[in-house]
Amino acid sequence: MEQLLHVKNLEVEFRTYAGVVKAVRGIEFQVNPGEVVAIVGESGCGKSVTAQSIMRLIPSPPGRITGGSIIFDGENLLNKTERQMQKIRGNTIGMIFQDPMTYLNPVLTIATQITENLRLHKRMNKEQAMRRAVELFGLVGIPEPEIRLKQYPHQFSGGMRQRVMIAMALACEPKLIIADEPTTALDVTVQAQILELIKGLKDRFQTAIILITHDLGVVAGQADRILVMYAGQIVETGTTDEVLKKPSHPYTWGLLKSVPRLDAVKGKKLTPIWGQPPDLLQDFTSCPFVPRCDYAMSICAQQMPPFFNGNKVRCWLNHPQAPKVKFKKEVS
Amino acid sequence: MGSSSAQTPILQVNKLKKYFRQDSSMFGRSERWLKAVDGVTFTIQTGETLGLVGESGCGKTTVGRTVIGLYQPTAGWVAYKGINLARVTASRRLKNRRQMQMIFQDPYASLNPRMTVGDIIGEPIAIHQPRIRNKERADRINELLNMVGLNPEHANRYPHEFSGGQRQRIGIARALAVEPELIVCDEPVSAVDVSIQAQIINMLEELQEKLNLTYLIIAHDLSMVKHISDRVAVMYLGKIVEMVESEELYNNPLHPYTRALLSAVPIADPDVERQRKRILLEGDLPSPVNPPSGCYFHTRCYRVLPVCRQQEPAMRELGNGHYVACHNV
Repeated sequence: MEQLLHVKNLEVEFRTYAGVVKAVRGIEFQVNPGEVVAIVGESGCGKSVTAQSIMRLIPSPPGRITGGSIIFDGENLLNKTERQMQKIRGNTIGMIFQDPMTYLNPVLTIATQITENLRLHKRMNKEQAMRRAVELFGLVGIPEPEIRLKQYPHQFSGGMRQRVMIAMALACEPKLIIADEPTTALDVTVQAQILELIKGLKDRFQTAIILITHDLGVVAGQADRILVMYAGQIVETGTTDEVLKKPSHPYTWGLLKSVPRLDAVKGKKLTPIWGQPPDLLQDFTSCPFVPRCDYAMSICAQQMPPFFNGNKVRCWLNHPQAPKVKFKKEVS
Repeated sequence: MGSSSAQTPILQVNKLKKYFRQDSSMFGRSERWLKAVDGVTFTIQTGETLGLVGESGCGKTTVGRTVIGLYQPTAGWVAYKGINLARVTASRRLKNRRQMQMIFQDPYASLNPRMTVGDIIGEPIAIHQPRIRNKERADRINELLNMVGLNPEHANRYPHEFSGGQRQRIGIARALAVEPELIVCDEPVSAVDVSIQAQIINMLEELQEKLNLTYLIIAHDLSMVKHISDRVAVMYLGKIVEMVESEELYNNPLHPYTRALLSAVPIADPDVERQRKRILLEGDLPSPVNPPSGCYFHTRCYRVLPVCRQQEPAMRELGNGHYVACHNV
């Protein structure tokens, strides 16, 4: 299948007073049409920066994309001018942010904000755009669209605002939607509603989604493939089943073991990942996870591991000569 | 645990209400009250952990703050070791305060940026045990830092030098400083990174065992609450709708809201996720200023009966300490 997005060797850094923070350190991945790819990791691992780079929304200065390419639909987004990017944002690539209140303009009605997109990108007139907006509101399950469209963002609840944002992201029928922690600010029952909605819309429109989250539970029900990021690198990739059921990087395994599961038997202790995520000001010549890894070998502290198992995992434990370690997933 | 009446519970909360006044109109007529907590009753035994869960706006934080004495109850009472806290002398209340401490959600907002870590941890000691000498206090601070996995050298540093997880440890050390018996933990890990959460949860469990602490844990993360609590109370719109031993709650939830809540929690296993059936609630949480008639949940309930719209369901015990307030059960 023709791939929709190919991120090649992307490097992003931020110049700060303390030094240069290398937020993304040469990552590579693809997204196929209609596919849901999840990027998971802790705060500071570079997942949001990756998403913002695709949209070319890295604040510059201090941020800078220092290397690599982002091929979307056959064209390198990094060579586009700001004007050309404006034709892509909100048109062929939609975006859903974590906090809709900061994304929506509080002094404009929802109707103004949602139709702006349509009038700009699809050259619709006012009535056409309004009709489409009503249709979109129906699609994302907002009752009484005609009335709701005339309201302002503060008149919507958190879940409803997120629906508005999804409607806006869908307005121009994008090929790709980037959802950055779309449900993190929501309560679980509302999260369930929104995730169900996103899933249904994806099936209907065959939109590819990059889902950025720290919640492996959300990923399990949504994603086709997973990228696990740590310290600006991708450390493990695979299908959702592969990564969650047979993780081959100790970090992935650690993430799974450190979060209590609702269906786990009571009385089991959690296994935390010790220490702190590393300082991104430094250069890594060896595996950045070594200080926190229970399975570290001497080579891990000397050389940066390459990708093993066909570009799937970046950990020396997967070297043919490495001792066989079984991550036992103790599930009820 | 519900039937052991021989022992006085460490904490009793009875028909607790806390209303907040909304905009008082210019002519003093229409007064509107936000019913944050609207008749909550529960007890906690010594050494027990009670989890209080619910979605944002359900009043769980207000319960915690009223229990600890940060808010005055509008009605109802809170008793610590059998003594009603509203009816005691000021000196007695100070003594009780010492025995009840709180861990806050936001480790950035809850530590004074201008105080060193040692001063932050030492302050409650200075207030509650003013006769303790400086040397002794410094020793105690070092001991506390060790207890929460920090180094004694950290005492001279300032909060901004620490990560979120370390700050939460400082907050825990401060709560432990005056040797409390009951700790109210308000969202203890929700502001902390995933890989660090387990460190904090394990530490809370170990400290409980070592110091025989009693916890009231307030959180929205049901998986975490199930993991750490002996019993769980589920709140909706200022009321407890179901309360039971935690394993039983997850195996046999009875209230429709509890069921919906549990079914909505994602589980990090693709096989489990594929098989699960979600109960999707419709609509949004009603306003606590103007709650619905009858059962507060009836506007979103998928098993609503005519009686639910008129009559508020009473909390009933169904044996083995399983409490539920629903006409359907």
